[in-house]
Amino acid sequence: MSEAPGRRHFLARSAQGVAGAACAGLAWFAFLREEAHAAPFALRPPGARPEADFGALCIKCGQCVRACPYPTLKLSTAATGITLGTPHFVPREEPCHLCEDIPCVKACPTGALDKAMGPVDKARMGLAVVDAENCLSWQGLRCEVCYRVCPLKGRAITIDPHPRGLSKHAVFVPVVHAADCTGCGLCEKACPTQLASIRVVEPKLVQGRIGEHYRRPATTREANVTPAEATAAEAPVAAPPAKPAAKPAPGPSAPSGKAVDYLNAPLGDL
Amino acid sequence: MERPVRHFEMPATLGGKLHAWRFLIARRVVQLGVLLLFFGTVAWGWKLAGAPLLAGNLSAATLAGAIPLADPFAVLQMIATGRVPAATALAGAGLVLAAYLLAGGRAWCAWVCPMNLVTDAAHAVRRRLGIRDAVHLSPSIRYWVLGLALALSAAAGVAAFEWASPIAMLHRELLFGAGLGLGLVAAVFLFDAFVAKHGWCGHLCPQGAFWAVAGRAGVLKVAFDDAACTRCGDCIRACPEPRVLDFKACADRAFVAAGECTNCGECIAVCPEKALRFDLLARARGARVPDQAPTEGTAP
Repeated sequence: MSEAPGRRHFLARSAQGVAGAACAGLAWFAFLREEAHAAPFALRPPGARPEADFGALCIKCGQCVRACPYPTLKLSTAATGITLGTPHFVPREEPCHLCEDIPCVKACPTGALDKAMGPVDKARMGLAVVDAENCLSWQGLRCEVCYRVCPLKGRAITIDPHPRGLSKHAVFVPVVHAADCTGCGLCEKACPTQLASIRVVEPKLVQGRIGEHYRRPATTREANVTPAEATAAEAPVAAPPAKPAAKPAPGPSAPSGKAVDYLNAPLGDL
Repeated sequence: MERPVRHFEMPATLGGKLHAWRFLIARRVVQLGVLLLFFGTVAWGWKLAGAPLLAGNLSAATLAGAIPLADPFAVLQMIATGRVPAATALAGAGLVLAAYLLAGGRAWCAWVCPMNLVTDAAHAVRRRLGIRDAVHLSPSIRYWVLGLALALSAAAGVAAFEWASPIAMLHRELLFGAGLGLGLVAAVFLFDAFVAKHGWCGHLCPQGAFWAVAGRAGVLKVAFDDAACTRCGDCIRACPEPRVLDFKACADRAFVAAGECTNCGECIAVCPEKALRFDLLARARGARVPDQAPTEGTAP
């Protein structure tokens, strides 16, 4: 009996400790979840791992920011809403210039930026999408600035003809191909409209998935590139999704390489 | 054996004052020096052997473009998320851990951490205004916070303390431009100044708790000469840590054994009998000979 108060006291103290830790832990956990989801669509430096792994591995040292020879990369401050202290960039302020030696990735000590990413054109920082309602090319002007500044022009952005109403003349519009777009944002920076009409966004925001059971018809893209170029990029996706560029033409067939494109083939003869 | 108890008196001469402040001055020089090395590299492009002198921040850095440095506690939290950081970060954490084992684990807290400048300032304000504790905290809370930091890193999948650390925020904001992150630093200042004495560094900070655990194996310790000590208690009043100086434990071991000791040297500076000094752990142990006359360097 004599040890009961001591034991009771010990149990009460332990309960206090555990309860205190649980309260603090819950609040802390809530903060971490909030922070982790702060900006799931922030544009990260080249080679950044998927956001969950990036968030866990980024030590927020800013060495990538210092290694960047352009004023591109910034460490986020509380005002940006992006997870505090993590590197990101805003293309309209300063896009990624796709340095061949990728100094930012070399500078990362933790592997949050993956050194095994390969050459810089394998970077997938985001995906450019065109706002056809404001894009000058879609209005019939031969702007095409985004195409000309694109470091992967002809692959990541092509200029494709698009019928203009009943007119005999076509418009020439920029079409982004997700398979090659690095998300560097040079197009967004260069776009002459007041607010950029081509924007780099996190692919998850805009990219669909057709599903394995579909056999792909040939796209405009494939009609315009040589077969060699077509094999370099196996899954081109036309943007914007709202107004799919429709100039069906015969071309290299679906990825399987065997399917006959009987739906589109006759139209090519028009 | 009975000797009159003398207390520390601040010398009237400037030289005497500087001597009494020698560890404080040295700590400020080191703290600001480390900040300056980072800042100079960023702002003025300081280089060593053609490479940036000290690129990065206190979370992770590269010295002279070749030597990686990383905060072992931050790397430990990353590992707790279930991911393995790249070898560069692991090597950097190992190097930093080894360096602080030589200097005494929590030497980080007193000699390098930029937050020490803030909490020392808060303590000065508190002393000037004569503020008493609003809440009583146990100095052991930090170990709960340390445990929570690792558990939450595993649960949330992100480095829990790194994401909320006022230390990292302070240092980042100093190097990358001030923002709202300084709000948390201000909160620590107010907490220390008005709510709890040495509240942050002495009770809550898990970074300090990490170094306290690691520091038990530290090499540089504050050695204690029991024969010279009159138990005047000046050292205890000067010590920023609530439970570090314990005469009985110190007399038994002949050095300050508590891992929470930050090696700040304040106790050494105020001891009127020169019963405390920095020494290597092995030598402090060796000097422990019962009933021995005071060794050289102690007061008559």
